[in-house]
Amino acid sequence: MLIYTFRRLLISIPTLLFIAFVIFMLLELAPGDPMAQMPLTIPPEVKEKMRIALGLGEPWYVRFPLWLKQFFIVEPQYWIDSAFGTNFADGKQRIISFQSRSPVFDVIAQRLPQTLWVVGMSYVVGVLIALPIGIISAYRQYSVFDQAGTFVSMIGFSVPPFFSGVLLIVIFSVQLGWLPSIYDTTLVVRDWATFKQQLMQMVMPVMVLALQTTATVSRYMRASMLDNLSQDYVRTARAKGMTESVVVMKHVLRNSMIPVVTVIALGIPAIFGGAIITEQIFKVNGLGQLLILALQGSDIPMVMTITFLLAVLIVFMNLIADVLYGILDPRIRYE
Amino acid sequence: MSDLTQPVIATPAPAKIRSQWWDVWAQFRTHKGAVFGLGFLIFITLFVTIGPWLWTVEPGKLDIRNKDVRPIYQVLFDSNAKVSWNHPMGTDNLGRDIMANIMQGGRISLAVGWTAMILAVFIGTLIGVLAGYFRKADGLLMRFTDLVLALPLLPLLLVMMLLFRDPLRASFGPENGIFILIVVGIGITSWMQTARIVRGDVMALKEREFVLAARSIGTPSRRIITRHLLPNVLSPIMVSATLGLATAIITESALSFLGLGFPSDFPTWGKILFDSVDRMTAFPERVIWPGLAISLTVLAVNYIGDGLRDALDPKIRGL
Repeated sequence: MLIYTFRRLLISIPTLLFIAFVIFMLLELAPGDPMAQMPLTIPPEVKEKMRIALGLGEPWYVRFPLWLKQFFIVEPQYWIDSAFGTNFADGKQRIISFQSRSPVFDVIAQRLPQTLWVVGMSYVVGVLIALPIGIISAYRQYSVFDQAGTFVSMIGFSVPPFFSGVLLIVIFSVQLGWLPSIYDTTLVVRDWATFKQQLMQMVMPVMVLALQTTATVSRYMRASMLDNLSQDYVRTARAKGMTESVVVMKHVLRNSMIPVVTVIALGIPAIFGGAIITEQIFKVNGLGQLLILALQGSDIPMVMTITFLLAVLIVFMNLIADVLYGILDPRIRYE
Repeated sequence: MSDLTQPVIATPAPAKIRSQWWDVWAQFRTHKGAVFGLGFLIFITLFVTIGPWLWTVEPGKLDIRNKDVRPIYQVLFDSNAKVSWNHPMGTDNLGRDIMANIMQGGRISLAVGWTAMILAVFIGTLIGVLAGYFRKADGLLMRFTDLVLALPLLPLLLVMMLLFRDPLRASFGPENGIFILIVVGIGITSWMQTARIVRGDVMALKEREFVLAARSIGTPSRRIITRHLLPNVLSPIMVSATLGLATAIITESALSFLGLGFPSDFPTWGKILFDSVDRMTAFPERVIWPGLAISLTVLAVNYIGDGLRDALDPKIRGL
């Protein structure tokens, strides 16, 4: 298993390099000029100098390795420096955003907590809702609960987040006035009142994202439970006189969780993608909004870095899902 | 050689009342959700195609005097509401008729959905069949599929929209250029699942006796694929096509919603929704109509896919 993990890690290096190259070349083709917003009165030779100052003077085969070096070597050095007070980085050039002229990773670090809170919370809530729904739906197959569960998950698949979010705002903020429609990220939780406020403003974005997760995970949970409920070992367990709760919650559930755990791991990148839209609706100033702003401003280093970070997340989660599958299911042996 | 196979192909099917597709339809009809879904899809398709001929209001026509007309049912709640039978769904802040816009927007949204889905299914089937049938191509093509699956697709799609918008607009005109861009963008980012499913099925089918028999009488690969393999993988392709249609419609609306889809004088459901979000406190109906149209269409398509999956599975069919 350790050798398999190690080999997968090695394979993921060329994969990630290729992905970085694809993203880089796509952005390289960009006709969007970061100088487009500059006044027209700037003389062309000054403009040329400004382009060089932005690091655009070199051809792509110089800039791409440079970006890789900055991403994989310089940035971790800065990170270690700030964590342990060392001085590995030694003032090396970091990845700089075109828009804010500050290091890309500093901006990302400012935005990450909001996204992580909303996305992480919604994923946890979504999974926690989905698991019982899946279990009960499978145990009482074709019952009213199962039909309702199927319908709700169908809705979760079909209603896009930009409609469910807007609908929630119309109902709960506009008509009923219960919840705030805008996520206030400057709020600091100090006492009970601010905690309540934080809770209120998180309800809608979390529910919108959780609906998508619930739909997927509960379907998988149901299918996996159904597969296991008809197996011989379940009959054996019942024949031995075990109580129904032990049979279902211990024997069947444990075996059914194996594929579901991998689905949960694989779904994490997707929910970060979904956050791009949700953050736009609820005006959360997280990573998704940062990406949209960077795209609109032709901020190439920022777009490149965020997109690549998402790719890293996808590759990494695929790896985790495969390894988890091997650990949880002893029948699976990667040679 | 073809003379040998010819009689087999040309043999007229025995006169049976129930063909295979009739069986499929019979099974499909037992799935209530799927029948409702099909009904709704037909209804919405007719609504957006025939609708503009019956409802001849120009969708882009500005009529400032009749702006902000509320939908007709508002009278029930508020007798002073500004309503008019000339605009049963109301008008927007520039006096454009919302019903005409929903029809026009639906045309674009459905056209984008269908075309992108056909493109994605075509690419997916091509790659899946090639990878499943030709062992030499398998490693390379599937490695490529895995790579594409590892790409963060929504951000890349956004990047593509931004990058190629102006060049395509210049060469194909504002509407066709964006249409081509969106269709190609969605098509080349959503073929991977189809490719994987088709590859798996083709690999299993390739080892079956009927393919061996076909090969033993010297059928060339091209004909084995078109005659023997493709008809047998048709059902998973059809099911993934319905899923593809649903995701294509959602993706197009999401792009429009993020402001990176069609230009604003060119309505699609997602675009109308996006344009109305700023005024949704005063005019919630303007977000609800297009949102409902998207959601119900996608729901209908998903149910059709569900029904098709059951109907096309010979193990379930006929029970």
